[in-house]
Amino acid sequence: MSSMLYKYLWWLLVGLVLLLAPLVVYPLFMIKILCAALLAASVNFLVGYAGLLSFGHAMFFGSAGYITGYVLKTWTGDGLIGILAGVLVSAAIGWVTGLLAIRRQGVYFSMITLAFAQVIYFLALRLPFTGGEDGLQNVPRPSFLGLVETTDHQSLYFVVLAIVGLGFWFIWRIVNSPFGQVLTAIRDNEPRAMSLGYRVNRYKLIAFTLSAAIAGLAGSVKVIAFGLATLTDVGWGTSGDALLICIVGGMQTLWGPLIGAVLVIALEHMLVSVPELVQIVQGLVFVLVVMLFRKGIVGQWLAWWKSRQSSTHLPPATSEH
Amino acid sequence: MDTLFGVPVAALIGQVLIGLINGSFYSLMSLGLAIIFGLLHVVNFAHGVQYMLGALVAWVLLDTWGINYWWALLIAPVVVGLSGLAIERFFLRHLYHLDHVYALLLTVGMGILIEGLVKFKFGIGGQPYPNPMSGGVDLSVTFVPWYRLWVIGVALVVSLGTWYFIDRTKLGAYLRAANENPNLVRTFGVNVPRMLMLTYAFAVALAGFSGVMAAPIYQVSPYMGSNLIIVVFAVVVIGGMGSILGSILTGFGLGVIEGLTKVFYPEGASVVIFVVMILMLAVRPSGLFGRQP
Repeated sequence: MSSMLYKYLWWLLVGLVLLLAPLVVYPLFMIKILCAALLAASVNFLVGYAGLLSFGHAMFFGSAGYITGYVLKTWTGDGLIGILAGVLVSAAIGWVTGLLAIRRQGVYFSMITLAFAQVIYFLALRLPFTGGEDGLQNVPRPSFLGLVETTDHQSLYFVVLAIVGLGFWFIWRIVNSPFGQVLTAIRDNEPRAMSLGYRVNRYKLIAFTLSAAIAGLAGSVKVIAFGLATLTDVGWGTSGDALLICIVGGMQTLWGPLIGAVLVIALEHMLVSVPELVQIVQGLVFVLVVMLFRKGIVGQWLAWWKSRQSSTHLPPATSEH
Repeated sequence: MDTLFGVPVAALIGQVLIGLINGSFYSLMSLGLAIIFGLLHVVNFAHGVQYMLGALVAWVLLDTWGINYWWALLIAPVVVGLSGLAIERFFLRHLYHLDHVYALLLTVGMGILIEGLVKFKFGIGGQPYPNPMSGGVDLSVTFVPWYRLWVIGVALVVSLGTWYFIDRTKLGAYLRAANENPNLVRTFGVNVPRMLMLTYAFAVALAGFSGVMAAPIYQVSPYMGSNLIIVVFAVVVIGGMGSILGSILTGFGLGVIEGLTKVFYPEGASVVIFVVMILMLAVRPSGLFGRQP
């Protein structure tokens, strides 16, 4: 049985579960999970496969949301154009901030992304079209290419599922492409990759920009679904949530962000009647996972699966791929 | 001489003074971050929360037991330092052998957790803390409250003292040696793990100390730390964490620049430090005093 087949099996299984989910779960709740999962996946792609730990992804998520909201409110009723505008702007912000941030490494990179996110937060508070403290409200639900209406939750859910699925597929494709292999090589040993003639900074910049675009996609979809772009979306808390989802689900795994999002969003949902506990529980989970459960759920499962496989096949396989 | 560069002198001096006050806190905070990073190779994302804890402890001491500012200045750093000791001993220490990312993420989680607990227990509103030193000195052009001068003076003494301790004393030499090569220092019989623990506790106590000093100037609120720490990170990016003296200078300098911006272009004051950071990244990516990229 090839491992490739297993991977497609997973796509099929996850897709099936998500297609059937609105039968049992409230569609808007599922959409919330999907958006959080895609944002976390963009962070996970960057930290897991390029070794760049960003603390500022809220700036892409939030600014794309503002742009999409603004475009849909004032220009057009077509969701595709709205999303495209949001993604383009977040990619542009990603390119500019990335250009500067990758000039430093390690912890400095993380601090710089956090600082940039703060600048974007100030802009979102001050710029005339963002609505300041109120944010953008009552963004109308768009139609897509004049073919698909999204006024009812059910059809909206399937549109969102398609877009988020596309986002995940895109990440999967990058990671498994030659480009992704070079990124991993840079993560593992930057000097060696450099000495092999790779333009390390260019690869990092492309990865950062792509990740920003995907985070932006998540933000645009979120605004379309909930009709609301607020300062919370650009705030540090959103970046922190994405990180939490990543480590709960498992860094360096494709489905980790999805599983993590299901758990974290469900947890927040359960605590909705006692909002003052949410942050405490988040902090506790954060600390517990870092101390005891570093591989995350999917990572742990993969490790278990691997050890099981290698114990049944003799001689033990040291490296499968 | 009533105006200078078209601005009233009084306003100018007043803003430079406020800049020096903010700079005092930038300085003390980035100093603590530099110490922790130098020895533990961890950026302490909980530093802002620990600063807030210092202010909170001072407020609780006053509110519950009527213990005044001067005692709080002694007690709060000890309390916050002990909490840091516990975090190092029971959490951070078990992560050193892993990728540095995990220790960093732990301090992030700790920050979220502690801030959440404080909000839960004390609410999200700010609490005023009375000024322990009333009155001030009249400089004919402007009035300077004693407390502000006290803060600037203490920040200078404490940060320069810390620099002297690390750069000029024998114990400081051990610290620097352990930074370079912990295993070699261990073979000389120095208890390096304990040294790491005490260093973390000291730097965290410094954050708590800054918090107590900040309490009478700013309100005591759960958010005071997270608001400050992001600016301090930008300060650290500008200065680089390679040099203690560099952190102190950068902190004060940026405080003054921020103050001056308030005079000449008030709109830009809240982002000027980030703008300086961007310029620094563009022109000199390693930072003012940085050694590594």
